[in-house]
Amino acid sequence: MAVKAAGRAASRSRTHDEPPATPELIQLLTPEGERAEHPDYPLDLTPDEIKALYRDLVLVRRIDFEAIALQRQGELGIWASLLGQEAAQVGSGRALGPRDMAFPTYREHGVAWCRGLDPAKLLELFRGVSHGGWDPTAHNFHLYTIVIGAQTLHATGYAMGIQRDGALGEDGEAAIVYFGDGATSQGDVNEAFIWASVTNAPVVFFCQNNQWAISEPLDRQTRIPLYHRARGFGFPGIRVDGNDVFACLAVTRQAMQAAREGQGPTLIEAFTYRMGAHTTTDDPTRYRLSAELESWKLKDPIERVKQYLIRSGMAQESFFTGVSAEADEVGTRIRKSCLEMPDPDPLSMFDNIYAEPSALLAEERAQLAAYLSSFVSEEAAR
Amino acid sequence: MTSPAPGKQNSGKLTLSRALNEGLRKAMENDPKVLIMGEDVGRLGGVFRVTDGLQKDFGEDRVIDTPLAESGIVGTAIGLALRGYRPVCEIQFDGFVFPAFDQIVSQLAKMSYRSAGNVRLPVVVRIPFGGGIGAVEHHSESPEALFAHIAGLRVVACGDPADAYAMIQQAISCDDPVIFFEPKRRYWDKTDVDLAGGLAAALPIGTARTLVGGTDVTLICYGPMVRTCVEAAVAAQEEGKSIEVIDLRSLSPLDTETIFASVRKTGRCVVVHEAAVTGGIGGEIAARVSQECFYHLEAPVLRVGGYSTPYPPSRIEDNYLPDLDRVLDVVDRAFGY
Repeated sequence: MAVKAAGRAASRSRTHDEPPATPELIQLLTPEGERAEHPDYPLDLTPDEIKALYRDLVLVRRIDFEAIALQRQGELGIWASLLGQEAAQVGSGRALGPRDMAFPTYREHGVAWCRGLDPAKLLELFRGVSHGGWDPTAHNFHLYTIVIGAQTLHATGYAMGIQRDGALGEDGEAAIVYFGDGATSQGDVNEAFIWASVTNAPVVFFCQNNQWAISEPLDRQTRIPLYHRARGFGFPGIRVDGNDVFACLAVTRQAMQAAREGQGPTLIEAFTYRMGAHTTTDDPTRYRLSAELESWKLKDPIERVKQYLIRSGMAQESFFTGVSAEADEVGTRIRKSCLEMPDPDPLSMFDNIYAEPSALLAEERAQLAAYLSSFVSEEAAR
Repeated sequence: MTSPAPGKQNSGKLTLSRALNEGLRKAMENDPKVLIMGEDVGRLGGVFRVTDGLQKDFGEDRVIDTPLAESGIVGTAIGLALRGYRPVCEIQFDGFVFPAFDQIVSQLAKMSYRSAGNVRLPVVVRIPFGGGIGAVEHHSESPEALFAHIAGLRVVACGDPADAYAMIQQAISCDDPVIFFEPKRRYWDKTDVDLAGGLAAALPIGTARTLVGGTDVTLICYGPMVRTCVEAAVAAQEEGKSIEVIDLRSLSPLDTETIFASVRKTGRCVVVHEAAVTGGIGGEIAARVSQECFYHLEAPVLRVGGYSTPYPPSRIEDNYLPDLDRVLDVVDRAFGY
């Protein structure tokens, strides 16, 4: 251990460019629900727009709760909860235009909601009846990607396609790609940064730093604030309060517009916290302290919007009870969809592997069909 | 170089490298969505000159010199395909494809399935493969079986210039991802290539072709071993043995109909590839032939290929690679049962 410590001290002394003691954090709504202004990120929202954001946050959390409950009851195989990350996802998701393309991980249920994807489609994947199966062009929301960081290259390539289509400009298009703090250690993410930088691709890298990669804390991934990495690759990096839906909206809007206008990529680090387990199979009590969780509860992304709406007089009690009732309806609806979801036909496993017909798959499909029907005829014979 | 200038003549003897170049050029002329991307493919024209002159004629937006990272090449090609493009990636050497393995296996191969057929990825990954060029480590490998094992990929290997010219165009127009293996030691072999003829007369991409008709033994090969096996058939003819040579062309899917028909006729089957025989394409063919042609076989299906070693240093690679004598040796064994 002594050797390791000495090595650390030596490498630290070689670091010329120490990050500032307190990294800048863009915040437009404090945890107490007070509006803050930032000179670079003016944000003018109508009361209806703010209420719509609040509704998104509440509904997305409700969908997440319902999915966890469905998993606990054995109706889903697994669920990756977004609890605590609602503002990062809703703020960035609502910053997108209809023609922008979003590339999610497997935790972007809030972005999926903003893009208009039916939450029941998400449940299909976690129930094990499909691997996703939606059409990415229907809502400009790509399929969930499970291998960590792989989608950052897809988004960058897509953005290179936007350039080639001449779809840049004030009314242009851009891509946004989601990933976590753990993903920043992946080669693909670093390659995507390089590609986007040297091609000046219209892509926004949206990193939800939720502090934990399953059981590994942030210091296993980085020794500098993640947003500082962008500078080394040659494009701007910004840290935003990931629990502040206003700030996430304003910062993402600006980065997307810069990308659309041909100014190239931006890295946004949404500083947030994974309030739940990594997935329903994980047990965070084995690796983190409850005190940390308690401190982040005070920074809840939904409560601060509620306080702001109440204090500013923009919303009355009836609004909150209305949203709450709507959330319950959505929860009931997706539960019903989940329970009614039929298992796929076993023979469908042979579908959609190739665009063109495959003799081998046709043969194997026929073999499985014959095998399955042999049980039916045995039963009939009894 | 006696080859004609790019795009100037309609036929003549072309090297395999130039035939691929002409095929790529034709595909790019026919479809503005076709892109070429890879390391050194632009100004240099590729280390084997397969993309020579294409950047000059089609511009830097369509012939892209990429950063030096294979996962990035395939990963961004997937993104471009999602946007409606048809990228043709060049992996500089066989041994350098592994950094891109995840993007190929977990993303490129599976996107159609993941999306329930909503997404098609018409991406071609070109890989110069095989040994015999006296190269250093990682420049002589034959990893094709690793890809043939993966559902969602089509895997092909071209054997001569005329076929390569058609196959590369077919691979590009295919809506499925295609891993396209090019026998690098045959890049400078020449045959007549009909540049004027369309693709209508060409064999479909998933089919094998019988290069030499024969009655005593079926010799199955692909890529760099095609020439070796044709030469073996000629030599065997002098000894009075009639060898039928099948160029597989497609390793996934396998054209089993052509294989089975031939083996039922000859009663003997020898599979030849440079790749290690252990876990190779030959094993798959042996299993299928044994199952479907069992009562026609005069001998077990035999394999000629690399040993179960890493690719050896080049001074001894001739001992690793199947050549005419090793092929004929095993053909003789097939007559010993």
